[in-house]
Amino acid sequence: MNWFDANFLPWLIPLPPLIAFALIVLVLGRSRVLTHITAVGSAVISWFLSFAVVLRAFQVAELGKYSVGIFGSNVNDIFGISTGWLSNGGQSNAITGALNMGVAVDPLTAIMLFMVPLVIMLIIVFSIGYMYHDPRNARFFAYLCLFAAGMLTLVVADNLLMLFVGWEVMGLCSYLLIGFFYDAAPKSQVDRVAPFQAATKAFLTTRLADVIMMLGIAYLWASTGTLNFRDILFSQAALEQLASTPALGGFLGLSAAGFIGICLIIGTVGKSAQFPLHTWLPDAMKGPTPVSAMIHAAAMVSAGVYMIIRMYPVLAAGGNVHEGVLTAPMVFMAVIGSFTALFAATIAIAQNDIKKVLAYSTISQLGFMVAALGIGAYIPAFFHLITHAFFKGLLFLASGSVIHGMEHGHHVAHGHADHGHEAHAEHGHAEEHGHAAPAHAEHGHAEHGHGAHGHGSHAPTQWEHVFPDFNEGDFDPQDMRNMGGLIRTMPVTAVTFIIGGLALAGAPIITAGFWSKDEILAEAWYMMGKTPVGLLVLVSLALAATLTAIYTFRQIAMTFLGTPRTEAALYAQHYNKARGDGFAERSISITLTAPLIVLAVFALLFGFVGVNPSFPIVGPLMSSLGIEKPFVNYVKYSLLEIPEIPAFNLLPVLLSFAIFGVGVFAGWSLYVRRPVILGQADPVEGIVGKDTYRILQNKYYIDEFYARFFIQPFQWAAARYSEVVDRGLIDSVLHFVARTAGRIGDVVKEFNRVVIDGVGDGIPEAIGDAAKALRPLQTGRVQQYLLFALVAAIVVAVNLIIIAAVPQIIPVAALVQGGIVVLIVFLLGSGSASQPTGGSGNRPASEGDVQATSGD
Amino acid sequence: MTLDLLTLITFLPMIGAGVVVVLPRKQKNLARYTALGFSLVVLVLTIYLLSQFLGGTCPPGNVPEAMQKAAAGGPFGFTCQHVAEFFPQLNAKWHVGIDGLSMSLVLLSAILTPLAILISFEVTDRVHEHMALFLFLEMGVIGLFISLDLLIFFIFWEIGLVPMYFLINYWGGKDRQYASTKFFIYTMAGSLGLLLSIQLIGVVAGTFDIPTLLATFPKGLNGAGQALSLPFAGDLNLIKGLMFLAFFFAFAVKVPIWPFHTWLPDAHTEAPTAGSMLLAGILLKLGAYGFVRFVVPLFPAEAQTFAPVLAFLAVAGIILGGLAAWGMNDFKRLVAYSSVNHMGFVVLGVAAFASVYNNIFTQAIANAADREIVLRSVSMATNGAILQMFTHGLSSAGMFLLVGALYHKAHTRDLTQFGGLFNLAPFYGGLLIFTSMASLGLPGMAGFVSEFQVIAGTWWIFPAYVAAAMVGLFLTGAYILKGIRAVLYGPTNDVWRGHHLEIEFREVLALTPLLVLILITGLWPNWIVQVINQTVTRLFGS
Repeated sequence: MNWFDANFLPWLIPLPPLIAFALIVLVLGRSRVLTHITAVGSAVISWFLSFAVVLRAFQVAELGKYSVGIFGSNVNDIFGISTGWLSNGGQSNAITGALNMGVAVDPLTAIMLFMVPLVIMLIIVFSIGYMYHDPRNARFFAYLCLFAAGMLTLVVADNLLMLFVGWEVMGLCSYLLIGFFYDAAPKSQVDRVAPFQAATKAFLTTRLADVIMMLGIAYLWASTGTLNFRDILFSQAALEQLASTPALGGFLGLSAAGFIGICLIIGTVGKSAQFPLHTWLPDAMKGPTPVSAMIHAAAMVSAGVYMIIRMYPVLAAGGNVHEGVLTAPMVFMAVIGSFTALFAATIAIAQNDIKKVLAYSTISQLGFMVAALGIGAYIPAFFHLITHAFFKGLLFLASGSVIHGMEHGHHVAHGHADHGHEAHAEHGHAEEHGHAAPAHAEHGHAEHGHGAHGHGSHAPTQWEHVFPDFNEGDFDPQDMRNMGGLIRTMPVTAVTFIIGGLALAGAPIITAGFWSKDEILAEAWYMMGKTPVGLLVLVSLALAATLTAIYTFRQIAMTFLGTPRTEAALYAQHYNKARGDGFAERSISITLTAPLIVLAVFALLFGFVGVNPSFPIVGPLMSSLGIEKPFVNYVKYSLLEIPEIPAFNLLPVLLSFAIFGVGVFAGWSLYVRRPVILGQADPVEGIVGKDTYRILQNKYYIDEFYARFFIQPFQWAAARYSEVVDRGLIDSVLHFVARTAGRIGDVVKEFNRVVIDGVGDGIPEAIGDAAKALRPLQTGRVQQYLLFALVAAIVVAVNLIIIAAVPQIIPVAALVQGGIVVLIVFLLGSGSASQPTGGSGNRPASEGDVQATSGD
Repeated sequence: MTLDLLTLITFLPMIGAGVVVVLPRKQKNLARYTALGFSLVVLVLTIYLLSQFLGGTCPPGNVPEAMQKAAAGGPFGFTCQHVAEFFPQLNAKWHVGIDGLSMSLVLLSAILTPLAILISFEVTDRVHEHMALFLFLEMGVIGLFISLDLLIFFIFWEIGLVPMYFLINYWGGKDRQYASTKFFIYTMAGSLGLLLSIQLIGVVAGTFDIPTLLATFPKGLNGAGQALSLPFAGDLNLIKGLMFLAFFFAFAVKVPIWPFHTWLPDAHTEAPTAGSMLLAGILLKLGAYGFVRFVVPLFPAEAQTFAPVLAFLAVAGIILGGLAAWGMNDFKRLVAYSSVNHMGFVVLGVAAFASVYNNIFTQAIANAADREIVLRSVSMATNGAILQMFTHGLSSAGMFLLVGALYHKAHTRDLTQFGGLFNLAPFYGGLLIFTSMASLGLPGMAGFVSEFQVIAGTWWIFPAYVAAAMVGLFLTGAYILKGIRAVLYGPTNDVWRGHHLEIEFREVLALTPLLVLILITGLWPNWIVQVINQTVTRLFGS
């Protein structure tokens, strides 16, 4: 086998991080240096392998283009290889539905392989600096590597089941990483969610979606007999059959494809945090910041959108986009996506946590992609996925850099730089926290509004006990109200963050975000005339984009512009020679900023691969360089039916310009012209009113709603089920039978004693003697059962022989045995009837028991 | 008589039990290692058996031609058969053999027994008897899986009950008397009806030979190929229906199918760690084995009628088992209820099997396209049900091991007493997360494969029940995370500082094979699925 064959190479891509995970967990975890080398090394190898595959893939001009050759072989097909994984039934796969596992590189995968390993590698490099002082460093890198392995598996998979494996492994990793500070209490009285609660919430919310997605996968398998992408998505017959079969007898009014599609989309709604399952994602910010970048940019949430892009032919089966006929799953996507985009943007505007703004921004941007896919904008959705990964990864890492700087600044400001970084504020381990406490307490209160909060009654007393310095947590290095003017102390971070922000806001021409967002709006514009859904998407996305520009400028202004609002912001820096920082801080600073610069380059330039040649000025310029929509032309062969791209139209472009203009103006006049002052109400509050603002700040109280109407009832039922049904209902029936039997048993015993003993039968006497002999042991019951079991066995054996000898006697024998059954059950039952509380079980077993029971 | 491998594997543990019991009383370690040694030899022989089975190199056996002819066309395709005289008056023979179904379960038993013995090294009270009981139990279950004679089957069925009763009753927790009694009576009550039915089958069919019965009885023929007739006046179909119910009840208690499950949480909670491992790992499978081997193939028509009820009970078990587990604050009880939840998937797969088998048997599906989908679905579901027995055996044994390891050191299982132990016992924490995820059915681990098979396979047959089962799958996540969160996460409970809670080497040693198998089965399930599928394919005659 040629190991460097492009068909085989994709198999190897997820392996290095997986091996690194195992190595770090099992062997290397004790050494920080080796951990770092292994983690970064594995990411580099994966990136290198991906790069090799991508290079090969880009050389094939029409990779994935499906055409049947003379002998039925596929020409220009894809890279990939698969192997038997789960056998089922007889020989032929098509009929028996046996499952294979394999890898495939088509244009979609190739582009993902361009983006994912690169971003992952940068995140891991960033993490070295960010997590340097954390005592659980090794565990962090191990999880991160597993996360990377999961994502890469998902990307190279050639079938839905393997994709699902990667999907869920990432779910686990996000659970572990969000709950990384698992022993920390809630950070402040305002934000009452502890990391471990956020982790559980994330896992369960996505699992709710995943089990529904699994139904979709099951249905797809049941009707097609395979889960291989190529076999389903490139088979006209299979798609037509899915689109024409009514699902489940048709009572839902859906075709099989529609039902499967909606199940899969629900999976994405969970994973990509779309309304109504978006609530986990903002809480997921409890994890260390590189994790947020991993979840939000490179991996998890993108995976959700990637999956529906991948499965698009099934979602669209039975519809005709260009005649405005949308299938049920597409309408579902369009509605969910556009609503989420707008809804999340309104929340983002009222958040003060630097990461939470970005979190809601992610939800909103993913809404863009989902909505775009809903109106058939297949390529723009994918384009936006890639550009978003770059600029959102950049924004998260830059915000991590800011937080790191703020923590640093906080420590400097409070005069215990000599403690070094061992007392990291965010990395709240009880042990380290202890000695940093007194110095913090005084400032934590004076600085911002919620000093008055004591240990509220809602914080379990347990935490107070563990964290004597609970109030210290009130300094929040992530709160933008504590920042301001950071551009002076952290120029690299500030500039790169602003680049990312501009891309997010869609700054025309110069940023990647503009090009991809513009494509989506252009398609929405095109669809507007064909279906009302198009109009809905256009209007909500336009509004959402405007809000995006506003909150982005708000964020930039509050963080980097103006004057520092706290001492921590004044001293916010990774490295300052003047205050005695040495080589370690310098290196940390480099690992924190270098990835930002790389990502900033992509956030600026990547958009040019998607420029329409008809675009004024830029289009011809790019064409003259030989770059004519390479992205679109390359990706379109991922589909069997090559998507029709609407002709260039200047109006949506002008709309994009206008949106950005309005957003910039609003952001500038609200936040830049008059910088925010600590303690003062946010300008938006003045516009929308205090009450509305509070609703926005509390995210429309959706968490509270879920807790009240879903989680609590379930918990209530769970806490009582076993007591009420199992013990109360089922067991009490059993005990009743046993007790009744016990009474009857007493009567029977009496009958035995009077009648049978009176007759002088030897056997009952023997039984009685045995029982008498055993009575001193005071267990009674054990021996009783054994005795009955023995009697039963003897009787049964005798019966068998009788039956063998005289088969005619069987009705009589059956009757006799029936009686014996009843008798034994009753007699045994009488033993248990006196026993249900089990109080007497503490007796140490004596030697006699063993002799009596083991039969020697 | 030549020594037959299957017979040897069956009785070697019993010889071992005999040896262990007569060892000098004071030599506790000798007893322990002897027992371990015997169980390891059984494991080696079982692996050898597996290699023979996979390679198709089983010795042809000495099955008389008449018996072969009588059993022709049977659903399972047994190999490595061996026949010897046992009870000629009753026409009962010592007839053993294996197929994919029993092979996988024998393998599971042979793997779990040494691990359980290793774990029970921690027992210091009456070591000899304790160890002997484990070997005795191993003999019972292996004998049960390989026996091809109903009478022999029943004897082993009863044998399997006795050691577990004593393990719970003598080495159990504080409510052990109640728990063991409930366990014993419940199973006993179930098996008496089974005995009656077996006798009746013996009388009407004239043979206890399982391959013969499977080939003839469902067609309404007796062992000699004539129409069945009752030796007394009565409605044959009614009697068959009653027999079906008796079989059903006996196995339903053992699985346990909701609502016959209430013995299980009590028995598990009170059993010693190793006892729980084997109870969940192997003994529950006896019931499921009975369903696949007897209930459906012997009574296809009755099973088909009953299949929707079975599916309903399965889903009830999945959902309510999950709900109950979520509500538990006793860690071991939580894991015990998880068995009700997981075994529900086995039953769901069996229900799919039951609802279709009769049609395949009677060739009732005419439409070729339908037939294709139904066949691949039902074989997926049946494969899944059998694989789920295997994978649940691995993960539940692992979970009980870990719960026991914690209880052994902390002397409490109350989840509200723990918290933040990840700091104090990082290795234990890592292993607990791993095993919990296996139990949760995380893709990439064994449990996922089988659950997916059952879901995918049953979907076409019972879509509404499968959709409802998804609620249970969600609850699985809820209770698994509750366990992890309560033990490992949250602020460290200061009570445990200074306590030794970290897992011991011996426990790691016993856990590792389980984890390795979970991972291998999750990543490449075909190693065991091809064993199972071989039989399932034959079952559906494709």
